[in-house]
Amino acid sequence: MAFDYEKYIRPGKLPHIWCPGCGHGIIMKGLIRAIDSLGLEKNNTAIVSGIGCASRLPGYLDFCTLHTAHGRAAAFATGVKMAKPEMNVIVVGGDGDGTAIGGNHFIHACRRNIDMTYIIMNNNIYGMTGGQFSPCTPTGAKASTTPYGNPDPAFDVAKLAIGAGATFVARGTAYHATQIDKLIAEAVQHKGFSVVEILDDCPTTYGRRNKFKSVIEMMNRLKDIAVPVKAAEKMTPEQLQGKILTGVLYKEEKPEYTTEYAKVIERAKGGK
Amino acid sequence: MAKKVAFLQGNEAGAQGALYAGCKFFAGYPITPSTEVAEVMSAELPKVGGKFIQMEDEIGAMAAVIGGSLAGSKSLTATSGPGLSLKQELIGYACIAEAPVVIFNVMRGGPSTGMPTGPSQSDVMSAKWGTHGDHPAICLVPASVQEIFEETVRAFNLAEKYRTPVMIMPDEIVAHMRERIVFPEPGELEVINRTAPSVPADQYKPYDTKFGDVPPLAAFGSGYRFHVTGLNKAEDGFPTTKAALVQAEEERQVRKVDANIDDIVTFEEYMLDDAEVAIVAFGSTSRSARYAVNEARKAGIKAGLFRIRTFWPFPDKQIKALASKVKAIITPEMNLGMCTIEVRRCAEGKAPVHGIFRVDGEPINPGQILDKIKEVK
Amino acid sequence: MDKKLPTIEIIEKYCKGCHICVEFCPTKVLEMQGFVASVKNLEACIKCMQCELRCPDFAIKVTA
Repeated sequence: MAFDYEKYIRPGKLPHIWCPGCGHGIIMKGLIRAIDSLGLEKNNTAIVSGIGCASRLPGYLDFCTLHTAHGRAAAFATGVKMAKPEMNVIVVGGDGDGTAIGGNHFIHACRRNIDMTYIIMNNNIYGMTGGQFSPCTPTGAKASTTPYGNPDPAFDVAKLAIGAGATFVARGTAYHATQIDKLIAEAVQHKGFSVVEILDDCPTTYGRRNKFKSVIEMMNRLKDIAVPVKAAEKMTPEQLQGKILTGVLYKEEKPEYTTEYAKVIERAKGGK
Repeated sequence: MAKKVAFLQGNEAGAQGALYAGCKFFAGYPITPSTEVAEVMSAELPKVGGKFIQMEDEIGAMAAVIGGSLAGSKSLTATSGPGLSLKQELIGYACIAEAPVVIFNVMRGGPSTGMPTGPSQSDVMSAKWGTHGDHPAICLVPASVQEIFEETVRAFNLAEKYRTPVMIMPDEIVAHMRERIVFPEPGELEVINRTAPSVPADQYKPYDTKFGDVPPLAAFGSGYRFHVTGLNKAEDGFPTTKAALVQAEEERQVRKVDANIDDIVTFEEYMLDDAEVAIVAFGSTSRSARYAVNEARKAGIKAGLFRIRTFWPFPDKQIKALASKVKAIITPEMNLGMCTIEVRRCAEGKAPVHGIFRVDGEPINPGQILDKIKEVK
Repeated sequence: MDKKLPTIEIIEKYCKGCHICVEFCPTKVLEMQGFVASVKNLEACIKCMQCELRCPDFAIKVTA
């Protein structure tokens, strides 16, 4: 049987708003399969986003969905999780939303290790506003606001998350569709703040400015640069030049925030 | 049984009022002169199973309380001028998403960092005009420690009743003064909770006008699934750009307050029956004004006080009536004329309006007001 | 090997014509017909499901 995505999509919401060849739809499907594989209850699952193309994702899905303001998703999600720690909370958004205007909320959610999964759909650009460079646009790349090439260095989202204290960090690509649901499922199961960065493509505002002749070229780039962490162990630094590691990059067990706060409540009630 | 009496600071009373109202979630960021609210909430909330979180910034705190409210907890944040400026983005979000939250804003000097420890009353316009777009605004301006307690309860009630953010804005003097407070017994003050949906989950629409201008609000995780967005939305919560729907929704949001002004607006009239000179004041300034009125009466001048307790919506009707029966109005305030603008608007030229403005970090003293009464009588 | 052919359903109203399914099908089962994908060579299908997984538009359903 074909996978039944409709079970999780709100009636009448398709086709989605994303451009032809945009990987956001591939990632949304991966998220749906992950949720299905874990059997998450719809009523008990909140999907929270900020602003941007990627942040339109929750509107399609039949859960408790919260489309917030630009960059603020992790902070809204923190409020939801604090009020209802028993809920599964999944945050989705783009690279600009999450690491520029939402950078502070993102790193502090990592630091607290609050139990939620943050999926960053990294297409290296602000797509919805027409292709301005983001903190994840590679140096030298063209964007509508870097007509002479991007002078800014880019964030490594995974390293940022690990440095800030996230206890599960994984990376996949929109090309490697079969891996997406597995990474997300493992992230959601992890107790603590988990980050899944999915390298994505924006043919409309990034590709056409950066000499990608087609969606296929962009997908082939994702295919070519991705190296699974296991395979990378056997490769030389020269071989890894220009490559990006995929798979589970970091995992550790640490006290989770809402669990720790439950102890605060116990101490307060006990007068200790 | 004797009622519990305490000697409390205004900010502490605000926190106690929030707890009385059933607040179960606080998110904040440290800022003078409101920090005591957060400190009390951090100690008291977990005792009642509530949650406290200190967020990474003011915007994050505002975001968290909206999230907490949508997940079903009555939620509070506290801040002061610069923090209020930062929160404005998401105050607008709470307006359009129709999320009940309370913002406890202690007024200090500004603009920018201004005078962090000095009193001010210069955030009242921010309460209405701070966030962009048309939206409802409710702002309460208490004048005593007891009133901070009671008005914080009322702020929660209004937020829950009208599904909208409500601001309570004591000035720094009221927030930091210590006074005797008599705690109301449980049940003595009305406590309002949002209306939960009565329809089955598959028929629920978060902005269903079939139920009037204030549609029932379900909580995330309560068996109802719905969508919340900061975009203009239709009754089902999903974004729309359909002109008629957007117009109707915007008008309904504003109407929630505009059509219920008499339920929301509160004020106090003191010695106004035969008054020829009326002082219109709020917050700590109204305390100086009351003293000045008493002194004026002793000197044979028919002065009275109209004390604004609800700044937004503004008591238009009452000020208009007042202007047609007095010879002059005096508006002392710790800013450069924010309330004065509103009073002049309502007075429609029927009585001259004389402002007394201070922004030097000092309170307006009774003598200043008395001098003005004598000048304009 | 299961000889029974799969069914590949293309939901034309969802297809945005990105070519991903056509280009990355390992056995070249699909082709573009104008702006939408269509099945050209069902017999070659090895039921790897990659076209369905990679379709960003929920426009392909493969039933093995």
